[in-house]
Order: sequence, then structure tokens, then C-alpha cells
Amino acid sequence: METRNIASSDSNSESNSTPRQQIQAGSTLANRYNIQDVIGVGGMGSVYRARDLHFPNVVKLVAVKEMINTAPDPLVRQTIVQNFEREANMLATLNHPAIPRIYDYFTYDDRSYLVLEFVHGKDLETIINDSAGFLPEDQVISWAVQLCDVLAYLHAHKPDPIIFRDMKPSNVMINHNGDVVLVDFGIAKTFQSGQKGTMIGTEGYSPPEQYRGEATPLADVYALGATLHHALTRRDPRLEPPFSFAERPARRINSALSMEVEAVISTALQYNPTERFPSALAMKDALMNVARKTGALSKITSALPAAASGASIKPLWTFKCEDEIRGAPTINQGVLYIGCYDNNLYALDAAEGKFQWKYAADGGIVSRPLVFDGNIAFGSSDKRLHLISQRTGKLVWTYYTEGAVYSSPALSEGHLFFGSDDGDLHAVNVSSGRPIWKHATGAPVHSSPLVLNNLIYFGNEAGMVSAVDFRGAMKWRFQAKRAVTSSPIARGQAIYLASLDSHLYALDASNGWAIWKFRLGKGSLASPCIADDFIFVGAADGFLYCVDIRTAKEIWRFRAENQISGSPSAYKDSLYFGSVDGSMYCLEYRTGRLRWKFETQGAIIGSPVVFDDILYFGSTDHLVYALFA
Amino acid sequence: MADFFKKLFGKKEQKVEPAKRLANESATTAPLSDLQINAILSNQNSRYEMKQLVAAVGQSVGKQREHNEDSLLALTTTLSGNAESVPFGLYIVADGMGGHQFGEVASNAAVRIIGGSLMKKFHSYLFNLPTQNIQDPLQEMMAQCVREAHEYVQREAPGSGTTVTAALVLGQQVTIAHIGDSRAYAVFPDGRIDAITRDHSLVKRLEELGHISKDEAANFPHRNVLIRALGQGEDLEADIFTLPFPQTGYLMICSDGLWGVIDEKDIQRAIAEAPNLQRACQIMVDAANAAGGPDNITVVLAQMIG
Repeated sequence: METRNIASSDSNSESNSTPRQQIQAGSTLANRYNIQDVIGVGGMGSVYRARDLHFPNVVKLVAVKEMINTAPDPLVRQTIVQNFEREANMLATLNHPAIPRIYDYFTYDDRSYLVLEFVHGKDLETIINDSAGFLPEDQVISWAVQLCDVLAYLHAHKPDPIIFRDMKPSNVMINHNGDVVLVDFGIAKTFQSGQKGTMIGTEGYSPPEQYRGEATPLADVYALGATLHHALTRRDPRLEPPFSFAERPARRINSALSMEVEAVISTALQYNPTERFPSALAMKDALMNVARKTGALSKITSALPAAASGASIKPLWTFKCEDEIRGAPTINQGVLYIGCYDNNLYALDAAEGKFQWKYAADGGIVSRPLVFDGNIAFGSSDKRLHLISQRTGKLVWTYYTEGAVYSSPALSEGHLFFGSDDGDLHAVNVSSGRPIWKHATGAPVHSSPLVLNNLIYFGNEAGMVSAVDFRGAMKWRFQAKRAVTSSPIARGQAIYLASLDSHLYALDASNGWAIWKFRLGKGSLASPCIADDFIFVGAADGFLYCVDIRTAKEIWRFRAENQISGSPSAYKDSLYFGSVDGSMYCLEYRTGRLRWKFETQGAIIGSPVVFDDILYFGSTDHLVYALFA
Repeated sequence: MADFFKKLFGKKEQKVEPAKRLANESATTAPLSDLQINAILSNQNSRYEMKQLVAAVGQSVGKQREHNEDSLLALTTTLSGNAESVPFGLYIVADGMGGHQFGEVASNAAVRIIGGSLMKKFHSYLFNLPTQNIQDPLQEMMAQCVREAHEYVQREAPGSGTTVTAALVLGQQVTIAHIGDSRAYAVFPDGRIDAITRDHSLVKRLEELGHISKDEAANFPHRNVLIRALGQGEDLEADIFTLPFPQTGYLMICSDGLWGVIDEKDIQRAIAEAPNLQRACQIMVDAANAAGGPDNITVVLAQMIG
């Protein structure tokens, strides 16, 4: 039976057209108990505050607990009443300061009543809810020690141990002296007939074995651990998945707690009963030790995990260009190709970083070179798309647009597709370098197109995402609130991209419907990347976000020291990305934990590439780096 | 290696003439009735030029309950013409619980409020001229409608709760909102049945934590204890996600009165043998009742054809 606080029970009982009538204040039960107020409502009936009229000259208050027998079968009803009376008799023999005295019991028709000592005070749940911050650890420990005492008393009962079964903050009263009193003994449980059908589990404090019908002293130890966890963290376990305490250690929520008290709580909360304290007394001893230690010793500050520094990381090789590198490399047949602001496209030996050739455009190169069929295609701020020979670096053809080309080309069906600052998406025949069509969008296209299922997807600087078919006809459009510089990537039937409007979007690839959007701290220029069911994207707020690709729930975020403009790369179980803060980061991608970082002398704008366990990237310090991934 | 063989044989099988394959099948299974053979043949022969969504439902109070606390909504819309046809469907199953007969209030409120709110949001897209695309992401709209229903149930039927499994089909994608232990499945013609949703139940949680095995879970005494329900708790977190509609198969949503009573083989057989979706639903409901019908039974089957 669960006792709720009065305020909520009153409003409930009015809106509930419950057939169970409460006793009106002023009426008298058994010619002796004058009902004053309802102090609690549970599933089986109400708890009242009453005055015992056998003491006419003093006000002696009692608690009257009512249990309604709803079993339809007369034999079952009779058994329930017998059990109730047997347990009431047993409880009446208990004598402990933390257990309310039982004065009387009686049954009328379908209602049985238990008359108990009235406890002046507040229950622990109310105290937790009413306090502004965390309860002081010392205070909770002193109550916990008392609770261990009373549990030990119950467990030592002869002939059979008494299992409280229902330890939780709302069943712990703190009386006017500040001492604990255990209320609401499991006696009401006899009134719960087997429920059928779908039920709502609200437990949260009970150990797993209790769901299998086992109630042992160790079940009470677990529930006390759960109660302490709730009291010290303010996290109500009924709102959390069952048995998930191990996933949220108390100190992670309340960092002021001592490691010792956390250890006691986690021992009490062991899933396997044999791994808990063997008894309530053993738990009490552990708590006493904590009290002694935390009182005597100054707080132990946790040693921060030594952040892996890049100082120990030596690049395999570096190669110096004549200006900043803002683009991403491509690796093909042991050769690295990368464009530079010095107008050159470089071909370097990937193993040693040795120069092979360079090709000079008339403008800076930030697009990622595309290698296919012995050729390399890339755009330049000289407004052209260049196609050169992979082996010699000699020009095959160039194609002019009306604006700078920052978009990296995509190849499909013998055509190259890329965007230009002239606002068009261009389709060019690979073999002739002749235009096939242009699709006008009205704003510069920096985004690199994605070709999938006979459609071409790309964004523009006005925030429009377009899908066009191979004839250049629009299939659908989606409007973001600000520029989409990010290049779309695909998974299943959806495409994903980020926008300067501070969102990561998932769009239905066939019709452009937004499936979800995920809010970033600031806008993003960067393209996302996908690994397993995670999607990763960096943003101008310096965070790298990891998001569940199906549900758009954030898994983790990692903060770099400045904005992240490049796309991350996932390789094995690591995620690599550079930041404007000048560092290349390596994180464990499932947890976001930093593995290492490597500092360069300039902002890293472009994306890294991993090939054969080697990480390649360029920096605005003019260098191309190769590191062991 | 196994993959290689699969490929090899998979291809081979496709080359077999339809009639031949039929003969092979009847050799290993019970002889098919004429009706079944006709149904199979007509299915193989028929081509649907237009992509369309079709659906059917089944429901029964069961054999042991007086009340039906399950609620159901099935809406199938196809708009077609000069513009491309976009299948639109909304399927919701809710299984209510809680005292004072509030369970049926909760499940009924859930399907109506979620259904009504979503239809309002989609009205301008479906019926306005010119059609207006909705800017809000689908998952956000779903979450909003679920929250509305949650608040209504808390206000109007306190103490009660309901499971909700809602599937919004738009184009080739399904967006699911899910709370509790009703389930959505993708059923494929080759007999594969994939659960799309994850139960928010104690037993499932224990299984996920590795504390009980699948067999123990099947006999777990508190199989019906939920850890999340619409109408329960301050912060309701529904599972909301989007996946491609099972193209060659079926989308199925059902309450635990169905999946808890009949097994996957029964489901497969019902769908494979029935001449149409309506019959398949009824066969499954009948099977659950034949197995004792301990709880209310609800099922929805949807298929994308063309």
C-alpha cells in the first residue's frame, strides 16, 4: 500500500468517481476513534488521523489505517481477514522506537482497520522534495544507521524474520525529534488480490528477486540502498528504468558525496543478493565507518584522468605547401591528392609524403579531389572545374562556371555534378567536358552534391536543399532557415545535413519531408558522418555531437576549444576531426571519450581521411600531416 | 562461404517458373486448396500500376475479459492524380490499464487525440490547394501529439495509463511513436518477422540487462508490468523513430493480447494463407481466442502494393 501526500490525494479522490467512500471527518469508528482528517491514500484504502476518545482528558492522536477487502469470493475474503489479524497480532508484539505501536484492530464488513501510534513529522519523500538542494550526507547517514538498526531488529524476529518489503522514502517518517520511524508495514499486501492484465509497475526501490516473489532480509538491504540513493541524489528511482542504479552512480549526480558513501550504496544495490551486505547490521557497520572517515579525513579530491596529450604523437611525415590548406585529401593507389590555397593540387606519396607532382590552377582549391578512371576532378576559386590525369597531373579539360567552385564534384553515369557560386548545379559530360545542363538555385552552391537513387541532392547558401533528377528537373525542395553549406550524406531512405540555422536535419530522400531535426548550439558548415546507428557533426559552438540516427537523441557531445568546420571521419571505433583551435582530435566514437589530440600551428578547416590505419589531413599552417590513426 | 551459397541458391530459385515452384512447395507442405492456389496465382499475376497503401484490422475483447480496454485507429489515404501519389496512413493501437474502468478511457483518448491532432497537422498538406508542405519534422509532430494525449489522460483519467504504438506512413517511410508493450512488426513474405519496437516492460528490461534468459522471460510471472505508459509519470518519453516501410512485406501492429498468446509461426501462417489482409487479421484474432483469449486482442496489418 502506498501512502501519498494529502494534497494530491484530495484532488484525486474528488476527480476519481471511486466507489470506495472515505470516512467523513467527525465520524467515529468503533465508538472510540474520532476521525479528524485523511493523511494518506493508497490502493487499498485510506489512512486517517483520529482522536482516541478513551482518553477524554488529553488529546491522544492515533493513525487509523483502513484496508478494503475487494475480493469477490467469500472464502478468499475470509482468508484475507484472517491473515490480516494474524499479522496485526504479530506486529503488536514488536517493540522498537522506530516502529509505531499497534493499539488495536477490527473488521467491519469489507473493511479492516489497524490503529497505530500517530507519528508527528514528515515522511522522507516530502523532505527530499521540499529541500532546495541535496540533503547533507551526514544527515542521511545518521538516518540510514537508524534504518539499519530497525531492519536488523525486524530481521532478527523469532520464529521467522520479518521482512519489511516496502522500504522507500515515503515509508520512512522523520519524527519531531529527527529520528526515523518506519511506517506502512507490508500488512496491507494481504489485501492485494492477484491483479490480472496489464499492470503499471511503480516500484523502483524493490530488488529484482522480489519480482520473483522472494522476500529476504537482503531485499530490504537493496531497498534501503535505493532509498539512500534517492535521498542523496534526488533522483526518484520510480522514474528511472528498473535496476539501473549502476548506470547512475550517486556521485555522478551529487559530486559532493564521499566515495565511501557511494561504495556503501552501490554494495547495497548489487543485483545479485550474495554480493550485497550480508545483513542490515553489516551495512550499518559500513555506514559507521563512512561516518568516521568522512568526519575525520579531509575530502579526497579525485585525480583527473590524465588527458592524452598530443605531445607524444609524432607524425609519420609532414609536407609543406606554400599556403593554407582548407580542403580534404583523397587517397588513391598509394597517392595522396590535396588542394591548397597556393592554387596547386599536390600529389604526394602516401607512405612517405614525397612530392610526386603538382598542378597549378588559377585560384585556391578547397574541394576534395575526385579520382576515377585515371583522372582527377576538382573545382577551384578560379571558377573552373579541372580534369587532370592522375598519373602525370596534366590537364585533360577545364570547364568554366560563372563563380568560384568550392563544391566537390560527384560522379554518376558518365557525368560530373557540382555546384558553383554562380548559383547553379552543373552537370558536365566526363569525356568531353561539355555542359549537359545547369540547374539554377538562386544562391551560391558550396555544398557537394550527393547522388543516390537517380537523384542529386545538395544545399545552397540560401538554405535551400534541392533534389534534382538526371535531367536537371527539380524533384523536391526543402527550405532551412539559413545556409546549407554542409554536404548531404545518406543512410537508408533518408539524407542528413547540417545548416547554419543550428540544426542537423534528416530528410526523406524521396520527398524532402523533414523526419527529424536536431538542435545544435550554433550553426554548422560541416557535413555529418555516420557510423553504426550514430551520426556525428561538428558545429561553430565547438561541439562535436553524436546523435542517434533513428531517434535524433543526443548520445554525447565533446567540446573542442574552437569551432569545428570540417566533417569528422569514423574509422574502426574512433572518430577523427579537426578544429579551428588547431588540433586534430581522436575520440572513442561510442562514448565521446578523448583518446588523443594533436596540435598543429594553424586552424584545421578540412576533413581528415583515414586509410590503412593512417590519418591524413591538412592544416592552415600550410602542412599536410600523416599520423598513425 | 554461407553467403556465397545463399547467393547461388537465391538466384537459382528465382529462375524457377512460378508453376514449378508451386509444385515444389506443395510437395513439402500440406496440399493447398484450390482457393489458396488461385489466391497465390492471382497475386503473382497481378500488377498494380499505382503505388498504394492498404490496411485491415481485427479486434476482440477476448475470452476472459468483460471490457475492451484496447483501442484502435486505422486511417489509409491515397491521393493521386496528375501530381505524384503519396501514400498516407495512420495506424494506432493502444492498450489501456488502470482502475475504475479508466483503462478504456485512456486508450480511447490516446488514439483519438493522437489521430486527431496529426490529421489537423496534415490537413493543409493533404487537402489545401496548392498543397502546403509542413515544416515541422515528422518526429516532432508525433512527439507533440503523444504529449497532448499524455496530458489529457493525466487530467481526465488520473491513475490510468495506456500503451501506444502509432505508425505514420508517409511516402515510403514509417514514423513510429511507441510507449509500453504493444508492438510493431515488419513481416516479410519469406517468413522473417522483425520486431520494430522495444517493449517498455519489466521483463524486457531484465532481459536486456542479461538478468534473465529468453526462456525465463517467457515464463516470467510479472510479464505484464510496464515501466512506461502514456498517462503515467511526469515526463513521458516515447520512443520515436523513422524507418523505411517494409516494402515487400507488411507492417503489423498489435496489443499483447495477440503477441503474448500466439507465436510468430501463427502470425506467419495467418498472413501467408489468408486470401487478403482482412482474413489474415481475423485468423490471428481467432487463433488468440482459441488459445484462451486471456486479454483484449487488437491487430492492424498494412501493406504497400504497386
